[in-house]
Amino acid sequence: MALGIVPKYIIGQIIRFVLLMFAVSVVAFALVSLSPIDPLQANIGQASLAGMTEEKRAVLAAYWNSDADPISRYLGWACALIQGDMGTSLRFNAPVAQVIGVRALNSLALMAIAWLFSGIIGVVLGVLSGVMRGSLLDRCIKVYCFVLAASPTFWVALLLLIVFSVQLGWFPIGFSQPVGVSSAQVSFTDALHHMALPAITLSLVGVANVTLHTREKTIDVMNSPYIAFAIARGQSRREAVIHHGLRNLVLPAITIQFAQIAEIFGGSVLVEQVFSYPGLGQAAVSAGLGGDAALLAGIAVVSAALVFAGNMVANILYRVIDPRMRKEASYA
Amino acid sequence: MLDADILHLPQTRRLTNRKATYLCALGAAIFLVVVIVAGQIVTGLAMQTDFLQKNLPPSIQHPFGTDWMGRDMFARTLAGLSLSIVVGLGAAMMSSVIALVLGLIAALGGRRADAVVSWMIDLMMGIPHIVLLILISCALGGGFVGVMVGVAFTHWASLTRVVRAEVMQCKNSDFVSASLRLGRSKAYIALKHMLAHVAPQFLVGLILMFPHAILHEAAITFLGFGIPPEQPALGIILSESMGFLSTGMWWLAVFPGIALIVCVLLFDLVGSSVRKLIDPASSQE
Repeated sequence: MALGIVPKYIIGQIIRFVLLMFAVSVVAFALVSLSPIDPLQANIGQASLAGMTEEKRAVLAAYWNSDADPISRYLGWACALIQGDMGTSLRFNAPVAQVIGVRALNSLALMAIAWLFSGIIGVVLGVLSGVMRGSLLDRCIKVYCFVLAASPTFWVALLLLIVFSVQLGWFPIGFSQPVGVSSAQVSFTDALHHMALPAITLSLVGVANVTLHTREKTIDVMNSPYIAFAIARGQSRREAVIHHGLRNLVLPAITIQFAQIAEIFGGSVLVEQVFSYPGLGQAAVSAGLGGDAALLAGIAVVSAALVFAGNMVANILYRVIDPRMRKEASYA
Repeated sequence: MLDADILHLPQTRRLTNRKATYLCALGAAIFLVVVIVAGQIVTGLAMQTDFLQKNLPPSIQHPFGTDWMGRDMFARTLAGLSLSIVVGLGAAMMSSVIALVLGLIAALGGRRADAVVSWMIDLMMGIPHIVLLILISCALGGGFVGVMVGVAFTHWASLTRVVRAEVMQCKNSDFVSASLRLGRSKAYIALKHMLAHVAPQFLVGLILMFPHAILHEAAITFLGFGIPPEQPALGIILSESMGFLSTGMWWLAVFPGIALIVCVLLFDLVGSSVRKLIDPASSQE
């Protein structure tokens, strides 16, 4: 019975994903075409455009189809996009898909580490402060979260850079590999060493949200009858939390953490900029500043796909883990 | 003295929790207004260069130090805060208008309109805000307008949800149906019942949106898309400081950042205090 429900639900989620992706591609394309980037000038450069005759310009415009109406241009771009061709990045002089592929690898590693650590640390801190509500530790954790939620990510990155890279010299001040070494010779530890500080920054900043939510939930759970019963039966508070509380606390934390992917991506754009870390975010910034329309649109679509996929996985996973949700769905 | 008289004595003056919350909010709000006004006044000073006084660490004359052009960092921080707050406030106001319109459409426009608006909210929550901000800033060619519109178009989602939920709840409430039966016009209900019900929540949502708007404004300016670089905005100050960090000039980044955090926390304080005050259940906490 439950098996019949789940695939239907998954199909619904996939349809939703496709619709959202379609909308994102329309929005991204519309915004990029609205921008003052002139396709002809961007492709051949200002000097050569100025030295060209009108006929030559018209021929080129026809060649790139840049004088066509927006809808047919969108369709051309979208069809190519589905086939994996995102156009050519002018700034990196390579296919957009290739640029994104290389960069995404760097970014994904960074984001995955930050996502995992901020989740784990957030749950631990949240449970601790919820169980010891009103204690000094609880107050410290709360202040830490509020201050962190109010601080700009890039400033935290700057601060860590000042302390750990400039003053203490523990970490390199930027890039994903040592300067002046060919990429074949870069060892795994080198890469890890360069990734450490950006990842720590992202994890520290991402903790606030999960911690505060888990804290609220923990307070709810601690006031619940089943914890009272467990304690009355002779279990210590610690045992009661570990045996009965934790599984009720981890579920909402997972949901929040998946919803947090957009935030972490946004944070990674800023952190990559501060640490000159060659990831997707830094590519998006240089594409935006350099007028690289194809790359900008491509990154927008890819980042949205990442976030929506994360949300979709969360929705599906939630049903798999939590039997109550499955039951509700079958009654609905 | 009779016992009964004691009951009629004037209550001794004491600081109730409600008063404390009220004072908190008022103090924070006044401080923020002072920062905005002071920042506007010192903008001229913030642009003034003095090459005899460059790269100075914090001292009595220059509490936040000076930068590589000898500009006083305290004045720059104040001016930057003021500019960032003003841009953030403007953007948040624009965003709240969008939220109000969409929320009303969702709540009153029937099921289909509701579905469309919910879907738009999903869409907005999905695209990372920074990426959308970059796209919008590029589309509008950067500058003040780009930041304002960008922040306005990325922040309406949560407030739209609030407006929608409040109006829905109000629409289905007993007092509205009673009022209808009593023959009140729709305009009367909208003005007297709905507005009174939604306005406080809307106000709180708006105030709590300010810190987000200010932080995003600073972020997008930091990345180089927002406010033009000759202006003393906080994002500009911090991104300029990056070039001097490796030479040990930490004060360029540390003080402006702390000032920004303090302002954001104060906005948060104002918002949550106002929320406490207008909610009868928690107004005495």
